Amino acid sequence: MKKIEVNKLTKVFGPHPKQGLKLLKDGKKKDEILADTGMTVGVNQASFSVEPGEIFVIMGLSGSGKSTLIRLINRLIEPTDGEVIIDGENITKMDKQSLIETRRKKLGMVFQKFGLLPHRNVLQNVAYGLELQNVSKQEREERAKKTLIDVGLQGYEDSMPSQLSGGMQQRVGLARALTNDPDILLMDEAFSALDPIIRTEMQDELLKLQHRLNKTVLFITHDLDEALKLGDRIAIMKDGQIVQIGTAEQILENPANDYVSQFVKDVDRSKILEASHVMKKPKVLTTDKDGPNMAIRKMEEVGASSIFVVDRDDNFQGLLTIDDAIRSHKEHLPITEMLRDDVHTTAPNTPLDDLIGIAADTKYPIAVVEEGVLCGIISRVSILSGLVLGKEKDNEGATS
Amino acid sequence: MNYFQLPLEEWTNTFVDGWLIPTTSGLFDQISEWIAAFINGVTDLLIMIPPEIITILLVLLAWKTAGKGVAVFTLIGCFYLGSVALWPESMQTLAIVLVSTLISVIFGVPIGILSAMNSVVDRIVKPILDFMQTLPIFVYLIPAILLFGLGGVPAVIATFVFAAPPAVRMTNLGIKQVPEEVVEASRAFGSTPKQLLFKVQLPLAIPTIMAGVNQTIMLALSMAVVASMIGAPGLGDTVLTGISTVNVGLGLTGGLGIVVIAIILDRITQGLGKKL
Ligand SMILES: Nc1ncnc2c1ncn2[C@@H]1O[C@H](COP(=O)(O)OP(=O)(O)OP(=O)(O)O)[C@@H](O)[C@H]1O
Ligand SMILES: [Mg+2]
Repeated sequence: MKKIEVNKLTKVFGPHPKQGLKLLKDGKKKDEILADTGMTVGVNQASFSVEPGEIFVIMGLSGSGKSTLIRLINRLIEPTDGEVIIDGENITKMDKQSLIETRRKKLGMVFQKFGLLPHRNVLQNVAYGLELQNVSKQEREERAKKTLIDVGLQGYEDSMPSQLSGGMQQRVGLARALTNDPDILLMDEAFSALDPIIRTEMQDELLKLQHRLNKTVLFITHDLDEALKLGDRIAIMKDGQIVQIGTAEQILENPANDYVSQFVKDVDRSKILEASHVMKKPKVLTTDKDGPNMAIRKMEEVGASSIFVVDRDDNFQGLLTIDDAIRSHKEHLPITEMLRDDVHTTAPNTPLDDLIGIAADTKYPIAVVEEGVLCGIISRVSILSGLVLGKEKDNEGATS
Repeated sequence: MNYFQLPLEEWTNTFVDGWLIPTTSGLFDQISEWIAAFINGVTDLLIMIPPEIITILLVLLAWKTAGKGVAVFTLIGCFYLGSVALWPESMQTLAIVLVSTLISVIFGVPIGILSAMNSVVDRIVKPILDFMQTLPIFVYLIPAILLFGLGGVPAVIATFVFAAPPAVRMTNLGIKQVPEEVVEASRAFGSTPKQLLFKVQLPLAIPTIMAGVNQTIMLALSMAVVASMIGAPGLGDTVLTGISTVNVGLGLTGGLGIVVIAIILDRITQGLGKKL
């Protein structure tokens, strides 16, 4: 089942939103409606869906309706029309009490300007969501302390938000959203107010947390680099409409229109495309529970002649080929002894450029590993095709 | 400019004498009784407690909230009130100020909250406040006497009319000043409107509300002389006697007493606003 489903979601700001909606349905544009009626179109019939565990990025220029869209999801802004369905429940039709319940249990939110409670210390801020649910003081502070450790802020429990740097304040914001243990994180330009180094750090942290906690993330940004880095899929908005939805590769390779091309034109593909952009989630073998039989079955399933092996904590162990798996089966050897470690590994943020050489001389996929954990694999084909297709496009651009 | 006759005077008198007083006198008698009991209780208490003890309490309060300088001033001020033999009058004035302020806060803060949350209430309340603040005092002194008789009660009512608006306005302002993103964050995590009010909006509005309470107290004190015109006892009465007997010395002695109380209360409430 989809985690979030958004159907024809629309918001018109102004005294007669229904009239604005009718004009939109007749195909009028945002600026026409503003000129004719004085009403502002925030979001225009947006539809998309988000898979469980996916990071879905919404990108667009200032005023394109990103903040409005994300606030329609948890109804901080009431929609004019359309529906939002979360876990099969229609948010737009909910009564007040169920809506409050859903916000408490399922939706965490992180804000561009942090939105911390200035009169409360870090611990009380992080425990705020649980406090609203009347969780006992002891339990909520215990849980808040745990999330503070997760975001690297232990020891700051008693600090006031104003005493912290921007980056630390946003860690508090993130911890506050995580303490409720919601399935979904709504992040509105969560890192835009931070300076570049802290920003990169927070992005990496988010990816790590997401990998570990497997949250569904709806992430808003106006920054393409950030979108490419974080997004499993990216939606591009213009004037309240979603103009394209796709993976980083799809959007770079086939921009739906000029607006999207404008967005992506300055991207030097081989530089901007990092290992994490083209890697795929591999089928893996787990050392503790899977034996050679399982290995052979899994390889059969995906039609591959080798499989990557991890331990229970996703730590990368090595590669098992089909021949070795069969030998292990026949000679009753544990698969851990058959692993090849001559596989190439790389960090998620390695530029594709640097991988070209490796891709040319290895016959196995490249493993993307971060702090020992296997995040994904990259096949030789995807590196080369990505680069070649990109080069062709650039050349066309140069000659025409 | 007398193009048509507007018998406002006649209408008002008919309304007040023919309807307002007969139909509501029971209600007003009741209110009057409550307020009188309240004022008497507070006055009796303040007069019963030995001046030395009140002085010590005030000095400690001043020290805690506003620091050493104000504590010293409070001590000197209390000695002054005692040495010019105006201690009982001071306590009477203090009682009326405290009661008026309390009533102003009890009504003013909730109305301020409502008007900050609801634009319809806001649109109704604003002109009423303007009216309360700009209407010349003596215009409502007369109906106040008619409805509540002479003495402390109409004084408290008149003081309330004059001094309550800042409490309403500053509460409204304080709540509206709470940053939008903080309110938004609270709602996003599933706060009910009540939780939002008590956990976020009110705590963040407290300094502004206290500034309003401070203004209310100052305005209430500035009404002391007027209040004595309609029979309220206290320092205002001393000043009035000074004026009517052309006794400049007495007028000044009483007037200084009001100033001393004003400064003490002002500094203490300001300090309190910063502490909270
Ligand atoms: N409360 C409101 N009343 C009227 N118009 C609004 C309101 N909120 C947003 N808008 C309008 O809706 C449109 C979308 O605004 P929104 O804040 O969603 O854009 P955004 O993509 O988040 O921009 P930014 O990158 O600047 O945050 C804009 O034209 C904006 O002026
Ligand atoms: Mg925005």
